[in-house]
Amino acid sequence: MRHHLILRVVTKLLAAPIMLFALYVQFHGDFSPGGGFQAGVIFAVAFILFGIVFGLDKVQQVFPTWIVHRLMALGALIYGGTGVVTMLLGKAYLDYSALAHHPEHGQHYGIFAVELGVGVTVSAVMISVYYAFAGRPPRISDEEW
Amino acid sequence: MEAFITYTLFAMLVATALAAVQLNRLFAVVMLSGVFSLLSAVLFVVLDAPDVAFTEAAVGAGISTVLMLGTLALTSRTEKSSSRSSAIPLLVVIVTGIVLVYGTLDMPNFGSANTPANTHIAAQFIEKTPHQIDVPNIVTAILASYRGYDTLGEVVVVFTAGIGVLLLIGRLGRRGERQKQIGRGE
Repeated sequence: MRHHLILRVVTKLLAAPIMLFALYVQFHGDFSPGGGFQAGVIFAVAFILFGIVFGLDKVQQVFPTWIVHRLMALGALIYGGTGVVTMLLGKAYLDYSALAHHPEHGQHYGIFAVELGVGVTVSAVMISVYYAFAGRPPRISDEEW
Repeated sequence: MEAFITYTLFAMLVATALAAVQLNRLFAVVMLSGVFSLLSAVLFVVLDAPDVAFTEAAVGAGISTVLMLGTLALTSRTEKSSSRSSAIPLLVVIVTGIVLVYGTLDMPNFGSANTPANTHIAAQFIEKTPHQIDVPNIVTAILASYRGYDTLGEVVVVFTAGIGVLLLIGRLGRRGERQKQIGRGE
């Protein structure tokens, strides 16, 4: 994609707003449509777009494969760990009202943590699947498209 | 007006699907599947389901199109022409379609307030969310809190699917290969 000047400039302009929008969708999910799943996908799209236009090596310098693989597990651990914390605080598994003095505030904290876990896992899985596909030598050359 | 929009969108969905079946250039087929997802997302917006529409647009039209293109780059650009007759598959599809349409005849009308879905538990969620969870978006409250177990299951499914893809094509086996080589050397 080295010869596509417009794509390169637009990608540079768009990558940061896409990530910002992903964070908005992630943390505003209590009030508007969206949540961890959508935010994770949108966050991954920023990196995938960067990878498509600038090449896999460049995006893997920014976001190395080993970190992505660990983040996949970390998200699921955040989700499951929230449940363990509520159990340690004396309530049922994933009953967030244990997390704060006021049950409603506990629900807010719990939903926040759980959605964060969803977002981390989803975006890491999407990025690592993209890395896996794009990391193999293609059988079609660039000109044939 | 709303009925007109809905029918137009359904007509465009059918046209996209037919075009995707007809073409054998896979690049165009992948693009049409993205268009199909985008049209479905618009349909979900018309049905007042913005959360689902959001997911459909991001996953269906965005990520899966990219992954299909990645697959295309690893395989082939054109569909192999099949010499077999398509009579039996066509029959199976028509019979399945008739059965599905017959099944929908028993379903309640769209938007009917007396359906089990609208009377049974949804009413309780709408009533109790404001003071139990205190979150304006009831979909988030149901997903993350009332149905927290299910969502945990979904996250684990996504995680497992990612691991599966990595094990199949992610070249995670390098350490294993190295150990094999060391073993052979001895």
